[in-house]
Amino acid sequence: MLEGKTREIQYAVDENGKYRAVKSVGWSAKNEIMQQAWEFMHEEIEEAHQWVKEGKKSPVFYYMKKNLMDVKTLSDYMGLWRFQIKRHFNPKTFNKLSAATLNKYVRVFNLKDIQQLKNIPGE
Amino acid sequence: MIDFKHRMAAHCENGVISNLLHFHGINLSEAMVFGIGAGIYFTHLPMIKMNGMAVTSFRPLPGTIFKRVTRSLQIDIQVHKFSRPSKAMDALDKNLAKGIPTGMVVGVYHLSYFPAPYRFHFNAHNIVGIGKKEGHYLISDPVMEDIEQLSPEELVQVRYARGTYKPRGKMYYVKSVPEKIDLPGAIKKGIKRTVLEMVRLPGPVIGINGMHYLAKRIEKWPKKGNRYASRNLGQVIRMQEEIGTGGAGFRFLYAAFLQEASAIMQSELLASASEQMTQAGDMWREFAVNAARVCKGRNTSETYSSVANQLREIAGKEEKIYNSLRKL
Repeated sequence: MLEGKTREIQYAVDENGKYRAVKSVGWSAKNEIMQQAWEFMHEEIEEAHQWVKEGKKSPVFYYMKKNLMDVKTLSDYMGLWRFQIKRHFNPKTFNKLSAATLNKYVRVFNLKDIQQLKNIPGE
Repeated sequence: MIDFKHRMAAHCENGVISNLLHFHGINLSEAMVFGIGAGIYFTHLPMIKMNGMAVTSFRPLPGTIFKRVTRSLQIDIQVHKFSRPSKAMDALDKNLAKGIPTGMVVGVYHLSYFPAPYRFHFNAHNIVGIGKKEGHYLISDPVMEDIEQLSPEELVQVRYARGTYKPRGKMYYVKSVPEKIDLPGAIKKGIKRTVLEMVRLPGPVIGINGMHYLAKRIEKWPKKGNRYASRNLGQVIRMQEEIGTGGAGFRFLYAAFLQEASAIMQSELLASASEQMTQAGDMWREFAVNAARVCKGRNTSETYSSVANQLREIAGKEEKIYNSLRKL
């Protein structure tokens, strides 16, 4: 799970009963749980993708999930109220948004332009 | 670049404190910092949600360990917060020019050098700025093996991450250290604080009571559906074994502290408490293994109620340890 970028420190007892810090790549139970949490997140992103395609939610919802945010985090980055963000999940409301608001979303989600925000990537 | 010794640590906050103090001539291990700051903790807070799941924490609020260690060792520190990013970066540049290694609180999500699975919206990571090279900042991050680099834009982004516990460009550095530190006094104070939090504080959510509370809640989770139960139990284990705990929700780290403290204080009591804490750590490990199995639904002999009972056993074990520490 660490992608070879680093290792983590674990504390363990050596043969003399003395504690030592050792470098580890994580153990099975932990890696499994991390993997599972990761899968849950992907499932949610997938689900969001489906909803947007069906027109049930706006792209904002998909990009929020994709950036692993919740409504609170997104509202904080946007400088908007939570209820405003939730309204933007509605495709009808989303289509009426001003260019300024859309551009703000583009910046927060680290996208290229409004086109990319409006058209979510395919499968 | 400042001549700063980068040492890895299990937990970022302890690591940064330990490294900063080492720079100023005080040699304390990560475990020692952790113990003096009374970093071992437990709480389960169903009313506070993160990503729709109840918060279970094995550590006190970010910054707590830092505050306690510097107070009880009487180290003079300076903390700044900035309303504007430009001011925050100017202050950092000035500090680095003066040769002061400067700690910063940052958000993890935009940290470019972090492995992807660890990049979630968590805003209380600690790093130390130790210099500039070709316009990039040199960063000593206790979680990473080597010195890392960040561009000014990236650094602004992580220092001004948003969401829960916004760092707001928070930075800190050591102003001066006392000539002599009272280590045994600080150890005693730290242990006393731990005992207070784990067994003496009233209320259902903190310390040993919190463990019993969580056990009760685990038993009820399956009623809300398999997916819900599995996600929530998984979250508990993640918090316990997440990067930075040193294993088993800091229990091994605390055992290491007790062992070190027993040598300094010449105390048999602490030595045996350390052994007991290692056993408690092993029990947490076993709990994680079984819980992972339950989450995956692989084994039918382990159920949510049996995992809950295991948690109750751990609570009983730890309660005895903390009560024995009261005699110190």
